[in-house]
Amino acid sequence: MTNPFPVTEADLHAYVDGPLAASRAAEIDAYLASRPDEAERVRVYREHNQGLQAFLEPQLEEAVPARLREAALSPGARRGWRAAWAAPRGSLQRVAASCALVFVGVASGWLGRAALEPPAVVARGPSVFQGASLGAASLPRQAAIAHVVYSPDVRHPVEIGADQEDQLVTWLSKRLGANIRPPKLGTLGYELIGGRLLPGTSGPVAQFMYHDVTGQRLTLYVSTENAANKDTAFRFAQEGPVNVFYWIDGKFGYALSAGIDKGELARVAAAVFEQLESR
Amino acid sequence: MPSEQGSMNDAGAQMVACIPRMRRYARALVGDRNAADDLVQDTFERAWARLATWRRGSDMRAWLFSIMHNLHVDQRRKPVVATTSMDDEAFEIPVRGMQDDRLEVRDLGAAFARLPTDQREILLLVVLEDMGYDEVARTLDVPIGTVMSRLSRGRARLRALMESRDQPVALKVVR
Repeated sequence: MTNPFPVTEADLHAYVDGPLAASRAAEIDAYLASRPDEAERVRVYREHNQGLQAFLEPQLEEAVPARLREAALSPGARRGWRAAWAAPRGSLQRVAASCALVFVGVASGWLGRAALEPPAVVARGPSVFQGASLGAASLPRQAAIAHVVYSPDVRHPVEIGADQEDQLVTWLSKRLGANIRPPKLGTLGYELIGGRLLPGTSGPVAQFMYHDVTGQRLTLYVSTENAANKDTAFRFAQEGPVNVFYWIDGKFGYALSAGIDKGELARVAAAVFEQLESR
Repeated sequence: MPSEQGSMNDAGAQMVACIPRMRRYARALVGDRNAADDLVQDTFERAWARLATWRRGSDMRAWLFSIMHNLHVDQRRKPVVATTSMDDEAFEIPVRGMQDDRLEVRDLGAAFARLPTDQREILLLVVLEDMGYDEVARTLDVPIGTVMSRLSRGRARLRALMESRDQPVALKVVR
C-alpha cells in the first residue's frame, strides 16, 4: 500500500518530539499503521525521550556552586580586569560597559576580593581547559609528526628491526613500563619494519613502523602518558597529508598514521584494535 | 548610567536563572563535572563581555547556549588538528558475542554518554530543552539539515547501543 502523503525521516522525528498539527499527525499515524517497523522505531524513540528526561531532569535540582552564581550575577573583577586592558579604544559602548562593570564589582564587594589574588584567578581559566584536553588532543599531532619525521627515512627508519622483534618488544616494554607488542598486520599486506623509542610529552613513547609491498609506510604510535584521560571512542584526525586514527584506552594512547586514504587506514586500525583487544 | 545598570541587573538575574540548564548542557558537552562548570563560568564571562549582542527580551537561554557551544568548539579545536569523531556508519567493526557482559550499556544514561558530542548536544536541546529544530539550528549556527541528520543518527545510535547484543559497536578499546 502506498501512502499518498510522503513521510520523511524529519517528519518522524517531529512526530516523536511533537506536537504536530492534527492533520499531519493523522497522516503519519496512517503511515505508521502500515509500517510496523517504523512504528516500533517511533515508539522506542519516544521511550528514550522519556528516559532521557527522567535521567537528566534531576540535574537541574543540584545545588549551584557559588562561583557560578557570582560569574552569572555580574561581570566581576576578572572580566573588569580584562576589559580594562583589552577594551578597544574608541568604542564608547565598551568603555561605558566597563565603567558599569567596575561599578557592579565594587557594589557587590568582590572587586576587592579578586584583587587580592588576580593572577591565580586569571590564570585558572585557560590552563584548566588546556590541561583537560591536551593529552587526547596532542596525541594525533605528535603521532603525525613522528610519522612525518621517521617514515621517509630510507636507511634508518627504525632503531631496532623486525628481525630482532623479541629484543624490540623487551626493550620498549621495559622503557614504557608496560607490555608493548606490535600487532601483526601481514594479512592486510603490512609487514613490520621495526620500532623506536621517542620522547613524548612527559616520558617515552613507542613507534612501530610497517610497510606494504609498494613501500607505503604506516606507523603505530603508542603512548602510556594518558593517566588523566578517560577512554575515547575511535577518532580521526588529519595533519596535512597524514591521516591518523587514534583512541585512548586508560593510560594507553594509540595512533595509527599513514599517508593512505581514510578507508584503508580504518581497515588497518580495525585490525590493530582487534589484536589489542584480544590480548 | 542608571539604565545601563538596570539592564545589567536584569541580565544578571536572567543568567542566574539559567545556571542549572547551562550546567546540564555543559555536562552533555564535556562529561566531566568540574570541566563542565569551568565551561559554564567561562561562558558567563564571555556573555558579560558581549552583553551588547544580547537583544533584551529575547531568549537568554538560547543566547547563552550559543555562546557556550562556540566556546566549547573553540576550546576543543585549539590544541587539536582537524579531528572528527567517527560516525557510527563511517566506521564499525563487528564484535563477538562476548561483548554482552563487557559493554554494559544497560542504562540509557550510559548510552547517552557514549554518543558523539554533536549528537548528544542536539538530543539534549531537542528532548530536554524542548527547543524547536529551527531554534536549535540557529543556536548552534548550523543548517537545519545538519540538525536533523545528527538527531536521526543520535537516535539510531542510542537505540543500537540500548539493543546491542551482536550489534556492531563503534570502535573502542576494551582490554
